[in-house]
Amino acid sequence: MNAYVSAILQGAVLTVGVSIAALLVSVVLGLLGAGAKLSGRPVWVGMATAYTTIIRGIPDLVLMLLIFYGGTIGLNNALEWMGSEATVDINPFVAGVLTLGFIYGAYMTETFRGAMLSIPKGQAEAAWAFGFGPTQTFIRITAPQMVRYALPGFTNNWLVLIKATALVSLIGLQEMTYAAKQASAATRSPFVFFLFTAGLFLVYTTVSLAALRRLNARFSLGTKRGTL
Amino acid sequence: MNFAVLFEAQNLALFGTGILTTLTLLLASLMVGAVMALVFALLLTGPWAPLRWLVGAYTYVIRGTPLLIQVYLIYYGLGQLEWIQARWDSLWPWTHFKDPFFCALLAFALNTAGYTAEMLAGAIRETSAGEIEAAQAYGMSRFQVMLRIVLPSALRRTLPAYSNEVVMMLHATSLASAVPSLVDVTAAASSIYATYYLPFEAYLAAAAIYLVASFCLIGLFKLGERRFLAYLAPRTH
Repeated sequence: MNAYVSAILQGAVLTVGVSIAALLVSVVLGLLGAGAKLSGRPVWVGMATAYTTIIRGIPDLVLMLLIFYGGTIGLNNALEWMGSEATVDINPFVAGVLTLGFIYGAYMTETFRGAMLSIPKGQAEAAWAFGFGPTQTFIRITAPQMVRYALPGFTNNWLVLIKATALVSLIGLQEMTYAAKQASAATRSPFVFFLFTAGLFLVYTTVSLAALRRLNARFSLGTKRGTL
Repeated sequence: MNFAVLFEAQNLALFGTGILTTLTLLLASLMVGAVMALVFALLLTGPWAPLRWLVGAYTYVIRGTPLLIQVYLIYYGLGQLEWIQARWDSLWPWTHFKDPFFCALLAFALNTAGYTAEMLAGAIRETSAGEIEAAQAYGMSRFQVMLRIVLPSALRRTLPAYSNEVVMMLHATSLASAVPSLVDVTAAASSIYATYYLPFEAYLAAAAIYLVASFCLIGLFKLGERRFLAYLAPRTH
């Protein structure tokens, strides 16, 4: 019994790892996507729109299976075509992180786009007037103000992302859902183990919610709120 | 690339079965979920504190845990309980817990009920105070105000958020493939992958089916919004 519990707890650490790594990928993709959508250049806008529309229309699980199994074969075919004898297996951790990052990058794109649009234009214009370049304007002026507008959407995306990591167990990553399933099969007490895992997920979401609320309060300092 | 395999009769039939299972699961879980959500939303906004607390705890747990775990809990987990084991061989309705379709359906319905209840409760709370006061001034009872004023408007105002939830549920039904012996679109693709070792083609076809279904659902809800939310649309003349 104890061995199974510790396996699930080890899986719980891996769950955090996958979530955070995927979050980083999705934030980078989200910023790039939002930048592309707001760039006003038809090709970039078109690409970013295609990305967000297609990704949000396909289930996470199907995309994950497509990238994991399809990607493995694609890579091996590419290697064979280049005349290499080597075969590669995509690591489920990498596949999970890339897929989740890719999917939630589409959701982050929409969140960040909305946040960028919420910042008064005068802010960036003032920065240009001071001689800031585009990068400087983004880092010093736009990004810090974006945080406040992006946080509610970001919080939602993060909570959905944490829960989506359970799917990575289906491509063989030994995170906590996988460990719970192994334990259930071995001990014939699935109810206990799945309930335990559900509890751990609930802890993650509760802690995240509390932390992000504090962050939101921190970044909303000094903003006036109208009262009805 | 070998997409021709997908169009062989038996594989088309497989995807056909898959689409049927996916749509049945989606519609059935949405219907059951919607009825539960309505009751939960009324309790969430109702006058009984213990029930409010209880339903709040329910939606919190449902929304805080992955659907996959919920499916596992119902499909694998409940069978462990002696209380159910003693009944599921002969006693209705417990016999259903041996049926994978029922287990998936139950998990999906319970899940969507949790999300939809919170949406609907939010819309009920946001009903403008003036509308309710006017109804009370006409001498309507609490029940009448709910039935005639609050619910018709709250249900409409939930429509945009609910369309997201329906698309999410369509995607969520892909988890039915994690339950053995249920053949939904994803499971059909997995089975074709396993037979022909063509993962790219098989899952790409599944992705295309879900994409088309998502767009159809979004289109339907757009039509519904134009019909039921016309009074909230910006004025054009």
